[in-house]
Amino acid sequence: MTGPVEAVIGLEVHAEMLTASKIFCACSAAFGGPPNTNVCPVCLGMPGVLPVLNGQVVDFAIRAGLATHCTIQPRSVFARKNYFYPDLPKGYQISQYELPICLGGHLDVLVADAVRRIGLTRIHMEEDTGKNIHDADVTGSLVDFNRSGVPLLEIVSEPDMRTPEEAGAYLRTLRSILQYLEICDGNMEEGSFRCDANVSIRPPGATALGTKVEIKNMNSFRAVERAIAYEVVRQREAQQAGEPIVQETRLWDADREETRSMRSKEHAHDYRYFPEPDLPPVAVDLAWLERVRAAMPELPAERRTRFEQTYDLRPEDADVLTQRKDVADYFEAGVAAGAAPKEMANWTMTELLRLIRDEKLDRALVIRAWPITPAQLAGLANLVADGTLNRNTAKGLLAELMGTGLDPAELVRTRGLAQVSDAGAIEGVVAVVLRAHPEQVQQFKAGKDKVIGYLVGQAMKASGGKANPKVVQDVLRRALRDG
Amino acid sequence: MAVHAALADLSLREAAARIRTGAMTAVDLVRAVLARCDERDERLGAVLARGDESALAAAEAVDRSLAAGGDVGPLAGVPIGLKDNICTRDLPTTAGSRMLEHFQPAYDATVVERLRAAGAIPVVKLNCDEFAMGSSTENSAFRPTRNPWDPSRVPGGSSGGSAAAVAAGLCAGALGTDTGGSIRLPASFCGVVGVKPSYGRVSRYGVIAYASSLDQVGPVTRDVADAALLLGVIAGHDPRDSTSSPRPTPDFAAALDDGVRGLRIGLPREYFVEGMQPEVETAVRGAVDRLQELGATVTPVTLPHTPYAIATYYLVATAEASSNLARYDGVRYGRRAESSGGVEEMYRTSRGEGFGTEVKRRIMLGTYVLSAGYYDAYYVKAQRARTAIAADFRRAFETCDVLAAPVAPTTAFRLGERLDDPVTMYLSDILTISANLAGIPALSVPCGQDAGGLPVGLQLLGRPFDEATLLRVAAAHEATGDWPERRPPA
Repeated sequence: MTGPVEAVIGLEVHAEMLTASKIFCACSAAFGGPPNTNVCPVCLGMPGVLPVLNGQVVDFAIRAGLATHCTIQPRSVFARKNYFYPDLPKGYQISQYELPICLGGHLDVLVADAVRRIGLTRIHMEEDTGKNIHDADVTGSLVDFNRSGVPLLEIVSEPDMRTPEEAGAYLRTLRSILQYLEICDGNMEEGSFRCDANVSIRPPGATALGTKVEIKNMNSFRAVERAIAYEVVRQREAQQAGEPIVQETRLWDADREETRSMRSKEHAHDYRYFPEPDLPPVAVDLAWLERVRAAMPELPAERRTRFEQTYDLRPEDADVLTQRKDVADYFEAGVAAGAAPKEMANWTMTELLRLIRDEKLDRALVIRAWPITPAQLAGLANLVADGTLNRNTAKGLLAELMGTGLDPAELVRTRGLAQVSDAGAIEGVVAVVLRAHPEQVQQFKAGKDKVIGYLVGQAMKASGGKANPKVVQDVLRRALRDG
Repeated sequence: MAVHAALADLSLREAAARIRTGAMTAVDLVRAVLARCDERDERLGAVLARGDESALAAAEAVDRSLAAGGDVGPLAGVPIGLKDNICTRDLPTTAGSRMLEHFQPAYDATVVERLRAAGAIPVVKLNCDEFAMGSSTENSAFRPTRNPWDPSRVPGGSSGGSAAAVAAGLCAGALGTDTGGSIRLPASFCGVVGVKPSYGRVSRYGVIAYASSLDQVGPVTRDVADAALLLGVIAGHDPRDSTSSPRPTPDFAAALDDGVRGLRIGLPREYFVEGMQPEVETAVRGAVDRLQELGATVTPVTLPHTPYAIATYYLVATAEASSNLARYDGVRYGRRAESSGGVEEMYRTSRGEGFGTEVKRRIMLGTYVLSAGYYDAYYVKAQRARTAIAADFRRAFETCDVLAAPVAPTTAFRLGERLDDPVTMYLSDILTISANLAGIPALSVPCGQDAGGLPVGLQLLGRPFDEATLLRVAAAHEATGDWPERRPPA
């Protein structure tokens, strides 16, 4: 095969659940903490101890399943996945295998303004492992079991994606949903949202799947996209060179921007799965299902559509505004405080999102302490919309308003910052500027229209930034024409 | 010495009553059993650990509490022995394995908590086959236990230490665990009462797992009423064991004297096997005849899937064991071999040195059973057989209230006799493992002796969670003889 190829991509996501306690014991599931402080005989795998299922984990799994249109199974079964590793204290991981809690859903993701439907194979519950620490002690490796027993959702997609961008969009959409549901904080760097990719290639239009390669060790959305892109090229080149593509697991090396073979199929583990005899099957009856369903929040896709319709926003803007529930809530609070929806959307997308990035507010699953309140941002937007402030002055005020709770209109009044739109007042400033810059005046008159920008800037500066730039330009042009 | 000897042979009930009424002190009783251990255990090899200090301190606390008019539990001051696969926070717990030779749990098993709450005093940890895998207690990594009736014979297993200790008065009662007959077989071989409760009746939390879907903790005592008392203390739902039943625990002692009039006793045809020692069959049939004289009706029943029980058991139990024993890897606790290589080599040498032959054999067998390509042929098929075996019992209990059978085809065999022949050893459990596979309760109660004086046990099997009827039948049978008074020679 030397012609064009189509990539076939499926993703497996491991999402650490934000439950208070671990999946099978009462230890805190919180991230961090000094090593081996959130541990007990159960999550250390001591002799004779037994797991007890945390009901909140099932609630979360049902939530995730409902949000992704899965069928919630009335009966699901935990199974043991057996393998030896120092971070796995029992020598097996309690997971679900043949009978997971959620089957057969889908996610609609927005890629280049088109909706793509990506199938979900399954969602199941399992426990996380501890963490090996290799560089802390010269005499050997250490193990921190704080993470041992933290609940995970494993979310497995169908091989429905065709491009790295689709994979990225799927991951962002999935993370957004989990964050809306307050199940997972979605932090890829800290490992609370992890992704492995299965990638194969085939001739476009083919239905049979090629040999798949599993890629691990990608710790950002960008890494996932780059790794898949690399892998598709690698496989295509291998095929063109007549080399076989082997079924294997490869690791993404972010520094070298390449994937490297970790283990081949022949060395794959035989996990010897069998039903966990220490836990009865998980029975979810209709009452349980309805209780979870009744508490479901509005999800990003529904909200996106509603924003488009209610606020007359462009789809891509509605998408940006609804990716985080807290941001969408913020936007709506601003509208409720009296801002025009399009203005509020612009201010939210530019200023608020920048603030979130700069202040690293997105480390929190739900941002509750906003440095600038929705009402404040709405107030600024209104002051610009009604011509009281020019946009630059308004942006300059943001920093001053942060953390104060002050009403922007009040600040503008006390500081005398209101924009000057009175042509009479501006004429004086313009006259001074024209006298000071005879060279530019000459250039303008010689037909170099662009120089007007420079002169507007000078006039703005001379007015202390308060002049209405539109009025300044009008007055300038009139003076140049007449003078 | 004579006084001590007498005290050490008291029943649980009598001992508890004497302490409660002030006829003797808890300290006296604990001293008596410790003296009995000194006197007899060197020969028996039943005890792996003794908590002299902690037991005497606990006894003093009981005595003080009584003197102050305090509320003490039903087992206040009574010294209890625990099979060494039951975790205790104040005594090492080895499961009879080099792997856990110096292992000291930081927690009590739920059954131990309940014993302590009832006032009982854990005083000795008792020998067993390594990780409860065996039928003779010869698989203990430390030493074999001998049968108190004949030291050249095994006590049965895997709870051989528990049965031998109770028979010899090293403790007033003991707990064992039963995965395929590990309480009933040694109870039968040592002439004591042993109960395997219904699966889910007693918490498994803190009990070192062998085969999780089969393991149950149960009492080993010198008479039926003691077994009812001890079972009542340890039974009941435990939120730490998801497989423990939420059913309320009945008063097992209440109906003990109600007799057997009108009860229907079934004799499973498949349990009177060819090659059975004739004295065993005679003793069991004699016991059944006496129950019939007392008003029970006796009918033959059939449990047609019995021939599959041994194979089913050795697929299910070993599969679970191979996984349960994976945690003994030398990383966090237990034996870690000196090794200069990497972690793989550390695993191999630690496990290679830490586990004995029978444990390795079962881990390998279970690993094979669960392997890709064999799982359906072995594990899945074994689960189907297990369902069929349980269905046999359900059908039988449509027409019977209890089933009566021998516990084992023979009385206690000689040490070493079956060690080189694992399959013959496995056949020791042929009559007991079905109850574990079906999850039903079963017990062993003494019903006779062979020509050499070795005890014979009568096995009674009942409906799920109907231990009360089993105990009632056992009590009626016990009253037809002087079984509890027959003690092994000192």
